[in-house]
Amino acid sequence: MSNTHGMTPTNSAIFGGSLRIPGEKAAAKTVVRATWKPRHRWRAFSSKLFFFTSLMATLLAVAALIYLLQSVAEQGLGRVSWSFITSFPSRFPAKAGVKAALWGSAYLTVLTAAIAVPIGVGAAIYLEEFAADSKLRRFIDINIANLAGVPSIVYGMLGLMLFVRICNFGRSLLAGAATMSLLILPIIIVASREALKTIPTGIRHAAFGLGATRWQTVRAHVLPSALPGILTGVILSLSRAVGETAPLLMIGALSYMAFVPETPMDAFTVLPIQIFNWTARPQDEFHVTAAAGIIVLLALLLTVNALAIFLRMRYQRKAQW
Amino acid sequence: MIVTIGIIAVLLSETIEFFRTVSIREFFGSATWAPMFEPRQFGIWPLVGGTFLITAGAGLIGIPGGLGVGLFLNEFAAPGVRACIKPLLEILAGIPTVVYGYFALTVVTPTLQRMLPDTEVFNAASAAIVVGIMVLPMVASLCDDALRAVPRSVKEAGYALGATKCEVSLQVTVPAALSGIIASFILAISRAFGETMAVTLAAGSTPRLTLNPLQSIQTLTSYIVQVSTGDTPQGSIEYKSIFAVGMLLLVVTLLFNMLAYSLVKRFRSVYE
Repeated sequence: MSNTHGMTPTNSAIFGGSLRIPGEKAAAKTVVRATWKPRHRWRAFSSKLFFFTSLMATLLAVAALIYLLQSVAEQGLGRVSWSFITSFPSRFPAKAGVKAALWGSAYLTVLTAAIAVPIGVGAAIYLEEFAADSKLRRFIDINIANLAGVPSIVYGMLGLMLFVRICNFGRSLLAGAATMSLLILPIIIVASREALKTIPTGIRHAAFGLGATRWQTVRAHVLPSALPGILTGVILSLSRAVGETAPLLMIGALSYMAFVPETPMDAFTVLPIQIFNWTARPQDEFHVTAAAGIIVLLALLLTVNALAIFLRMRYQRKAQW
Repeated sequence: MIVTIGIIAVLLSETIEFFRTVSIREFFGSATWAPMFEPRQFGIWPLVGGTFLITAGAGLIGIPGGLGVGLFLNEFAAPGVRACIKPLLEILAGIPTVVYGYFALTVVTPTLQRMLPDTEVFNAASAAIVVGIMVLPMVASLCDDALRAVPRSVKEAGYALGATKCEVSLQVTVPAALSGIIASFILAISRAFGETMAVTLAAGSTPRLTLNPLQSIQTLTSYIVQVSTGDTPQGSIEYKSIFAVGMLLLVVTLLFNMLAYSLVKRFRSVYE
């Protein structure tokens, strides 16, 4: 049975590394050897090496995250207290707090949402449901994708010129929120369009078949089904706005504030800027304060992201097309 | 749409103003950047060099790391492991850049100083390392998406020929997903190029044309921050110079992004 293919004598020779055919010349032997090289050990080894390398990359990334969080926690956890959250910044690191920054961040987020969400979702609905597939639309598509990649500091420069100088908002909460809206608009539009795309065309056709207009279809059927997806995108983009520093630094958010902003025209500061300011100081005590500020900021962001993940999970369970 | 026009219009008008005072030849021809004190000199290369140093360092860490994570998630990770690592990466991607700056200044720099004693307090290396960590999750998730889009049948054909996992992955899957993977690299580079806060905090503000990553340098973005946080009067030459620098930043990142976009488009049309 083992001789079925008539290859038994050469089989071991093949895996040994060369074909030995009796009577051939030495030169022919080397040619065959050069073209046929089963490198089992190398192949097995490289496979393992490949696994190991990619595993290491992953472990390193996770380790970096853990190390980062741990070093921040080690430094700052002792500083986080109720009085840290409820007191204003101070020249003395031990007394400094994040009250103004926390309120500033909250106001800024609400204002940004109020500006960016209607425009962003509106644009997404228009592009996805109403606009015809024209050259202009494709141009806008590319444009939006490009805008999402523009460095945030460039948005800051635009905000500085447009809102602070031309619109004369001053270095106010409103100017900050308007700048942030520009920054997150492309993200909201892209996310909302993705959400709208997941709604099957059948739903729309059914509504059209019953005589609904395009707007009725969108409002009564498409939008409610896409809402969780849109909401997730909105929340994630707002969390990006909460963590963003550079554009607000550009338009001139204050780094020292001993009051809570009350109207949209007031000066303001936000958590990341407060952290930036504390980190940039040479004294180690302020670095501890910065670490505490980071903990507050990360806690805020994690809560927001958890909310988004929760919404996404509910959505995935409910929608079974 | 209006936003793009707005950005370009604003930057362009101020840039033209700037070039009325400073010749384009000086901007691209001189190798000294000294806008703050007399004699003023506006040679952009030290800033570009600093930015390049950071971008290259970040790419060196973020690109192989991200590709490794993407391959691991795609080829080896069990669904449970995957479900565990993905959210971790998302957290890593969601950490504000200012936190990375803090990390660079208080953790990475002291570590570097212990290993290499002639490291300056502000240095390009620590900034490059954290920017690398910052872009890693982005590369990982984009690579993962690109690798996932390769049809199963193509991979199975490879296995049927007796190839090992490594061979299928490197010789079949990766080439098939190559344009998507390269697009993710370009996006990472463009992100590192425009990164502001971590670089401002960690790399210092010494415009210097150097290849030594242990020295303090200044990037395009951190120069903009330096001018705008100082008390520079509007209309002065420093104030106008940040718009010229911003214009350069915008043009370069737009070029990168368009390249990535066209690559992704090509890659999408392969298996439809």
